[in-house]
Amino acid sequence: MRIKVDAEKCEGHSRCYSLAPELVDVDDLGNAFELNDGEVPPELEDRARLIVDNCPEFAILITEE
Amino acid sequence: MTDTRNPVEDLAGDYDIFDPDYVTDPVPAWAELRGRCPIAHTERWGGSWLPTRYDDVQALAKMVPELSSANPGPIVVDVPEELRRPEREGYNGASPISADPPEQTWTRRALLPHFTPRAIAPQREFTKVLCNELIDGLIENGGCDGAVDYAQQIPPRVIAHKLGVSGDMVDDFIEWVRGVLELGLTRPELRVKYGDIIRDFFAAEVIDRRQNPRDDLITALCQTEVDGELLPDEVVIGMCNLQLIAGIDTTWSSIGSALWHFSTHEDDRRRMADADDDLWDTAIEELLRFYSPVTMARTVMEPVEIGGVCLGVGDKVLMNFPGANHDPEVFDYPDTVILDRQRNRHIAFGAGIHRCAGSNLARMEMEVSLRTWFERIPEFTLTDPGAVTWAGGQVRGPRTVPLAFG
Repeated sequence: MRIKVDAEKCEGHSRCYSLAPELVDVDDLGNAFELNDGEVPPELEDRARLIVDNCPEFAILITEE
Repeated sequence: MTDTRNPVEDLAGDYDIFDPDYVTDPVPAWAELRGRCPIAHTERWGGSWLPTRYDDVQALAKMVPELSSANPGPIVVDVPEELRRPEREGYNGASPISADPPEQTWTRRALLPHFTPRAIAPQREFTKVLCNELIDGLIENGGCDGAVDYAQQIPPRVIAHKLGVSGDMVDDFIEWVRGVLELGLTRPELRVKYGDIIRDFFAAEVIDRRQNPRDDLITALCQTEVDGELLPDEVVIGMCNLQLIAGIDTTWSSIGSALWHFSTHEDDRRRMADADDDLWDTAIEELLRFYSPVTMARTVMEPVEIGGVCLGVGDKVLMNFPGANHDPEVFDYPDTVILDRQRNRHIAFGAGIHRCAGSNLARMEMEVSLRTWFERIPEFTLTDPGAVTWAGGQVRGPRTVPLAFG
């Protein structure tokens, strides 16, 4: 699985960083970006789906299942 | 602008956000309107529109520049012409919340680095110590007013700590903020009076920090450069003002609502008494969703068609984030608190470019204040439901919550 944070949509709510700091980090303005080119280890796939479903800006996409 | 109330007979064309029934429990009104309109209108309080669907509120939040936060500001009841103080306007009073791009963009970029999850870390330990001290002072009494003695005491002290001003100012901050946002919402002369007091206070603080820099937010803002120039004093004063008006009664409303919820929902209270980190995370978000305190406002700058209505230039729109968070199209069982709700795209902190800049701080305060409370006082109940009072309008939360411990 692979995820991507759409930087145009992200407004820095930090929900993804709070739920899955293994998958995303936030920059100096609080905007999120994916770690490890968005690659999601198998054991964190549920967490990846969780951050997709909790982003108020619909800014996180699963680009590869 | 008087406070005489005619009964609301038709919500769709005559809602009243200050109506006592709406303030105490707005959920039934939103449900009715969502099915009927779904965007209601009223002539009360200068006139406004009230969207009730999640998708509409999300769409409206993205309408920049069609909707303005600056003209004349994000508060629904405008200050009448005779009370305006043009000599004090210049930069607007609380950037970036009360600004539009481009001013909103550069002021927000100047402020956001101070509110990232890492930047607010020093406030976490401070909040933990503070909450324990507050509980030390009340636990032996066997009960307290959860709103006044606990919830209300926390955010002003955290904000004072962040700004770098004396904790002795807390009672003044509470009075000033209620003057602007609670009493002042329907009485603009109070909003102007307390707005001036806040401005004068921070003007003196800014002069002091220019000469005596310290390790605090006011100093950091005084030292912030945009395009090679220091932020003007008026901008720093406005940002400090924003800390008070956006960071205090909002968060104390959320903490108070949570205490009210657990004091009246025994099963949920028992569940949180031995909750793990994951349950705390979802529970905080669910409480933010269910009891979202903040309704902002926008002014229409260009005609907008949405939800079957046409918003005209100059109209006010209420950004009904609380109502959006109860939309059954988006949330299963929206009118039930589900502490382990997994899918929760709530917009209690707004959406789009005006997303609450202090949301990480507010979440931390909620988490630390409630976890500390539950560690010390896991058993508590509401003693007198009839004594509970709610403040509403644009910031909704309980102002009296009498509790007994044990």
